[in-house]
Amino acid sequence: MPILSLITFAPLLGVAGILALRLFGKADDPKTIESSKWIALVTTLATLALSILLVVRFNPADNGFQFVEETPWFAGLYYRMGVDGISVLFVLLTAFLMPICIAASWKAIEKRVLEYMIAFLILESLVIGVFCALDIVVFYIFFEFGLVPMFLIIGIWGGARRVYAAFKFFLYTLLGSVLMLAAILAMIGISHTSSIPELMVYHFDPKVQTWLFLAFFASFAVKLPMWPVHTWLPDAHVEAPTAGSVILAGILLKMGGYGFLRFSLPMFPAASHFFTPLVFALSVIAVVYTSLVAFRQTDMKKLVAYSSVAHMGFVTMGIFSGNAVGEQGAIFQMLSHGVISAALFLVVGVIYDRMHTREIAFYGGLVTRMPLYAATFMLFTMGNVGLPGTSGFVGEILTMTGAYGVSTWTAIVAATGVIFSAVYALSLYRRVVFGTLDNARLADIGDLDWREVAIFAPLIASTLVLGVQPGLVMNLTQASVDHLVSAYQAAIGG
Amino acid sequence: MDAKLLVTIILYGPLLGATVAGLFGRRIGNTASMAVTTGFLMLSAVLSWVVFSQWTWGGLEPFTNTYVPFIQVGNFVSNWSFRLDGLSAVMLVVVTTVSSLVHLYSWGYMAEDDSKPRFFAYLSLFTFAMLSLISAADFMQLFFGWEGVGLASYLLIGFWHHKPTANAAAIKAFVVNRVGDFGFALGIMTVFWSLGSIQFAQIFPLVAAHAGDSWLFAGQHFRLMDLACTLLFIGAMGKSAQFFLHTWLPDAMEGPTPVSALIHAATMVTAGVYMVCLLSPMFEYAPFAKHVVIIIGALTALFAATVGLVQNDIKRVIAYSTCSQLGYMFMAAGVGAYQASMFHLFTHAFFKALLFLGAGSVIHAMAHEQDMRRYGNLMKYLPVTCAVMVIGTISITGLGIPGVEWGFAGFYSKDSIIHAAYAAGSAGDPLGYFAFVIGVFVAGLTAFYSWRVAFFTFNGHARWTSEDLEHHWHNRDHAHDGSHDDHAETHSEPDHGEHAHLPHESPWTMRLPLILLALGAVAAGFVFVEKFTGADQHEFWRGAIFTAASNHVMAEGSPPAWTVWAPLVAAIGGLAVAAYMYLMREGLGARLAANRGPVYLFFYNKWFFDELYEAVFVKGAALLGDLFWKGGDQKLIDGLGPDGVSAVSLEVGKGAGRLQTGFLYHYAFVMLLGVAAILTFALWAWTA
Repeated sequence: MPILSLITFAPLLGVAGILALRLFGKADDPKTIESSKWIALVTTLATLALSILLVVRFNPADNGFQFVEETPWFAGLYYRMGVDGISVLFVLLTAFLMPICIAASWKAIEKRVLEYMIAFLILESLVIGVFCALDIVVFYIFFEFGLVPMFLIIGIWGGARRVYAAFKFFLYTLLGSVLMLAAILAMIGISHTSSIPELMVYHFDPKVQTWLFLAFFASFAVKLPMWPVHTWLPDAHVEAPTAGSVILAGILLKMGGYGFLRFSLPMFPAASHFFTPLVFALSVIAVVYTSLVAFRQTDMKKLVAYSSVAHMGFVTMGIFSGNAVGEQGAIFQMLSHGVISAALFLVVGVIYDRMHTREIAFYGGLVTRMPLYAATFMLFTMGNVGLPGTSGFVGEILTMTGAYGVSTWTAIVAATGVIFSAVYALSLYRRVVFGTLDNARLADIGDLDWREVAIFAPLIASTLVLGVQPGLVMNLTQASVDHLVSAYQAAIGG
Repeated sequence: MDAKLLVTIILYGPLLGATVAGLFGRRIGNTASMAVTTGFLMLSAVLSWVVFSQWTWGGLEPFTNTYVPFIQVGNFVSNWSFRLDGLSAVMLVVVTTVSSLVHLYSWGYMAEDDSKPRFFAYLSLFTFAMLSLISAADFMQLFFGWEGVGLASYLLIGFWHHKPTANAAAIKAFVVNRVGDFGFALGIMTVFWSLGSIQFAQIFPLVAAHAGDSWLFAGQHFRLMDLACTLLFIGAMGKSAQFFLHTWLPDAMEGPTPVSALIHAATMVTAGVYMVCLLSPMFEYAPFAKHVVIIIGALTALFAATVGLVQNDIKRVIAYSTCSQLGYMFMAAGVGAYQASMFHLFTHAFFKALLFLGAGSVIHAMAHEQDMRRYGNLMKYLPVTCAVMVIGTISITGLGIPGVEWGFAGFYSKDSIIHAAYAAGSAGDPLGYFAFVIGVFVAGLTAFYSWRVAFFTFNGHARWTSEDLEHHWHNRDHAHDGSHDDHAETHSEPDHGEHAHLPHESPWTMRLPLILLALGAVAAGFVFVEKFTGADQHEFWRGAIFTAASNHVMAEGSPPAWTVWAPLVAAIGGLAVAAYMYLMREGLGARLAANRGPVYLFFYNKWFFDELYEAVFVKGAALLGDLFWKGGDQKLIDGLGPDGVSAVSLEVGKGAGRLQTGFLYHYAFVMLLGVAAILTFALWAWTA
């Protein structure tokens, strides 16, 4: 059974179901709307179940690609799918966050619910496709088309300045895409293959590598995002609906990091090595610069968005350290950030749904009315500042340690990030949750309801369990990471 | 019972208690939450004494109990474990004893609080984190405990979260500690990359061979062990509130007083000292780092004592006193007298917890007034509190008789530090003499500020009236009205109505811990002096502390008589001045303060550290943040990039109308073109 294709296209079954609803029922009938939500939820849960099955059947000792599917497509192109220890993790992360997104949108989305659910299901299908694709053309298709539903989610269900935000997103991404496309064409032209496993062992001329690297870098750096091409992210987050932010922060950003691991390091090792100082520089700038900017924000979502950029700085630093500690740290950091930042956007969403404002100054003293919420928010704040015992710590300490092995300066500057993150995260918490409840409009604000508890429960569990047992993930990725690192080190003669 | 099982119960019992009280506190109620947390802590304390006895008198061998893996990547291997040796055995009894007594004390002290389950859950969580810290067998579990206690400290300082000052103090504590952790983390990385492990048992044997290696860090070449130890010591400076990173500790007094006793006096703040002693196999090969430790320790001892001289808030005086005593411990560690350092840590835990809880008893009696200028003549009303506070004061000031070797706990440990410093000086290290001089001088200051607290509080004329107390209760209830309007009823009359607002002695749950700690403050010295620092020290520590072959500061010797008597003379001098100013010429202190001389102002304003840090770091960060945000992101990056382009395009967009029909299609079109281009190119490539 081609399990990867099944997982990738399973969400489309839900789309078919909703379209059938649309055909046979009235679009604005509350029953139809309710059913569409249930279809979406069940579909995403089924996809999650399949993904768990995939991980269970995955052999962690094997450092190659597993569950490989290869079928001639047309015009000499191949449809190739497969996962290694790295990509299988992102498939799981995607499938894990999607039901949460659907549940989080249950009440928050009031217009065009059917279309919204369809957009999310298509998005899931495309994103999983990105992580499963073993053919560079298939990858490109998934990678680029994945943005369409995201545009729609921001542009249709977004806030007041959604047009500006979506436009910015578009401009940045377009720049990267065009360059990456050119690079893909060149690679196929040179190597006469579009198979990713084959490209990973193909030796491109170092001079060619430089150009290819830069083209891919443009795309991944925007996606991640790295400083200074990060300014689309805060705007996109602020305008996106809560679930949109969850997917954006939780998964779409990771496509950039995944791209570096899948393409840049294995295919252009010499160029990656050459540009490591540049990446390190941009990474530590991101950590310090965006942390300080986050500290000054007055909009909660913007603050969390800027903190995302800072955390992604650790990811790029870890990836380009080129050693196992750094790579494992970077992958873990992406996963952990996928959980924690997703949770933080949901935390903001909870009070946004109630009060319809994200202004920090509007709130204060919530702990007196929302003790459960306060405890949940505290836990994810601690995850965000990388407190040991939460998953946030493991990624940070490993990426810094990895970078230290290559450049002590990088580790030193990045380590200041642990100070800054405490400053902005704790001051946000203090301003929103602590203090006295002075705003009369907050007097009747209700604590988390059972639906919200159910949404946060898996995120809380992941943050804590991965915080004390990171091996659950690292055992899965270890063989692939060791393989990646040894190939990279051999290629750069290290 | 098997010691491995005992330590497991000791470590995880408090976590269980914290989890139950934290998650189900509302359901099971206040009393059950308090009982379950206090019960587990009592159990831990009893078992800790069992383990400690087995260690001290039963010849228990050191062991490491490994539970499950934590982080494992290549050589970066860390496990959840319990390392039992002389150091952790000592810390076990310190932490669990003080913690269980503080739990008990809080039954009385927090009786009127609305969130008891939360409070007790935090206390137990703290204890678990602290026990993880002391029982770590590698740097990652150490770091886990290290930051875990920081979290508990943050939560407890800000426990009364309706108070803005408490919230500010909580964040300050966390952030300043993070500054220390910055160095600590870099220290760990240095050790990992140089020695290839983060396990203590694997690192220590490698130190001797690699201590002198040259290590490139931040573009400079350093001597490996000096660099690693100095970086790690920065972590200790944060946690133990040493000079430059001390500013959070006095503010931490915003937390409830039991918290100050447990976390900010007896246990957490000693974690830095413990870490340096634990890493003695590294510090012994890092002469430069040891000098840094001496200098910072001595500066802190002096600085905090001078500030403590003139503060009026009873808790702040004791907080500065803690800071200063920690300075002593670091001086000891810096000269290589880790045993003396640990001994002082041990005795200090008893007398300082006693002083804090005693102060809490006073504060409790005085309706949460903390300003000593509004105390006076409380001996009459609080006889037990007064008696134990005097015992604590005798202990901290180190009174004892050198000839007969009899004294209170602080006498033994402080003198062993001062002697070791002198011994280091005579062995040729001028910083040893420096530490000696500071140690003796600060002993005098310690006596002054400690006795000042005692006299100011318990003797002299009452500078309060029953109306003051009544007024206070009213204010307090009123303040609660604002934030907890549904709980205002809980502060009902009986507590202060029928006593005509006179201070009253605390309930037994508070008095019992005071009495037990007083016993410790008297006896912890002479019972354990031979074990910690005397003839039995090698047998007692059993290799947990490493002493280099050239280090003889702990050796038995006969120092000149004057050095033995000097600290005592200084302490009696301090006592005499305090007695003169606050007993014989009552009011003299207030008059001197009213002059507001430059020295007084300098001390009173804590050497202006807060003002300096506020101006440089807090304002600086805000300024940079705004610059990067408004200048960098908005003007530069967006101005040149997307906004410049979009300014043009949005004009087009307006014409096109809605977003969906606008550029989205263009984008999809470009993508399709892209796919088409690939296809074309692929066809061409493969058929060519």
